[in-house]
Amino acid sequence: MEVSSGREHLYSDTELDLLEGQVIEDLKAASQEPISDPDSWLDEELSQNVLLTRLDWIINWGRRSSMWPVICFPACCAFEFISVMGPRFDMGRFGMEVLRASPRQADLLITAGTLTWKMAPNVRRIYNQMAEPKWVIAMGACGISGGIFRSSYNVVPGYNRIVPVDVYVPGCPPRPEALLYGIQMLQKKIARRGNFANGGQP
Amino acid sequence: MTTSLLTTEVAKQINEHLPGAVVETTDAAILVNGNSLLDVADFFKNTAGLDFDYLTTITAVDYYQYFEVIYLFVSMEHNHSLVVKARCSRENPSLPSLVSLWRSADHQEREIYDLMGITFEGHPNMKRIVLWPEFQGHPLRKDYL
Ligand code: SF4
Repeated sequence: MEVSSGREHLYSDTELDLLEGQVIEDLKAASQEPISDPDSWLDEELSQNVLLTRLDWIINWGRRSSMWPVICFPACCAFEFISVMGPRFDMGRFGMEVLRASPRQADLLITAGTLTWKMAPNVRRIYNQMAEPKWVIAMGACGISGGIFRSSYNVVPGYNRIVPVDVYVPGCPPRPEALLYGIQMLQKKIARRGNFANGGQP
Repeated sequence: MTTSLLTTEVAKQINEHLPGAVVETTDAAILVNGNSLLDVADFFKNTAGLDFDYLTTITAVDYYQYFEVIYLFVSMEHNHSLVVKARCSRENPSLPSLVSLWRSADHQEREIYDLMGITFEGHPNMKRIVLWPEFQGHPLRKDYL
């Protein structure tokens, strides 16, 4: 009497060879004619689908889902930013994994570090080179207010003296989760934005 | 690890070649006369057995009455090192530059000039490095507020 192994879906080598052959034979038999252009056989209804939305919403959706940060990492907060970029926290989930070396291709300035007055003109310049629309997240105590270096002879007491800041993320440095939360706050802020005069009414 | 040379023995050598250059010798360092600093440095670099081919660090301390500049010399060849100090007064804060002997002195002397206000005579480009040219004062001095 044959005893069932209880693992019917596991096949012996010979059976596997046999089944593989059968699968190929079946596929070959069913594939004697070329498949025609999908447009000619996709559902009539599907091809006539309409998605109703507001232009504001779709523009804001596009903007907030593809924010590319520019490189501006003057101090230690940068390491926290790097871990946000990395696979563990993965900023790419929010459509912003592309870190741009050129400000022309970036939408977001994340100020990851202490800013000195000597560096300030360069940060202003990076900001000015970014294309509109653009946003700034002040990351860390230094970004918000100068942090522990606030009273130093060479530290800018807060990035908002140099560039307009949209979202402030506190911490020294902020945890990666905090930065992600700040980014999501910014995305909510962008979602609320009206892009047309008088609310888009004609 | 780099072994530090015995300061007393090196001081004896300096005294033979440049009498009057050594002001004081402690276990840690040799204090030399500011005016003969360049000669002593040249002696360090070009004497067989010493061969200090690398100037790793220059730093400065404000002792209120005077400034002290500290040099750390290393010989890659013999793997030994030595600390040398020189002082200058608060009224005339100036020492000879060592850029002509070691290029590594360039930025470090400029940094000391910038933050401590000591001028290095003979430096080819004696200007501020960390702060901007219009900045008033030297922030690492004890009396800077
Ligand atoms: S906030 Fe803290 S971690 Fe961030 S740059 Fe300032 S000192 Fe460094």
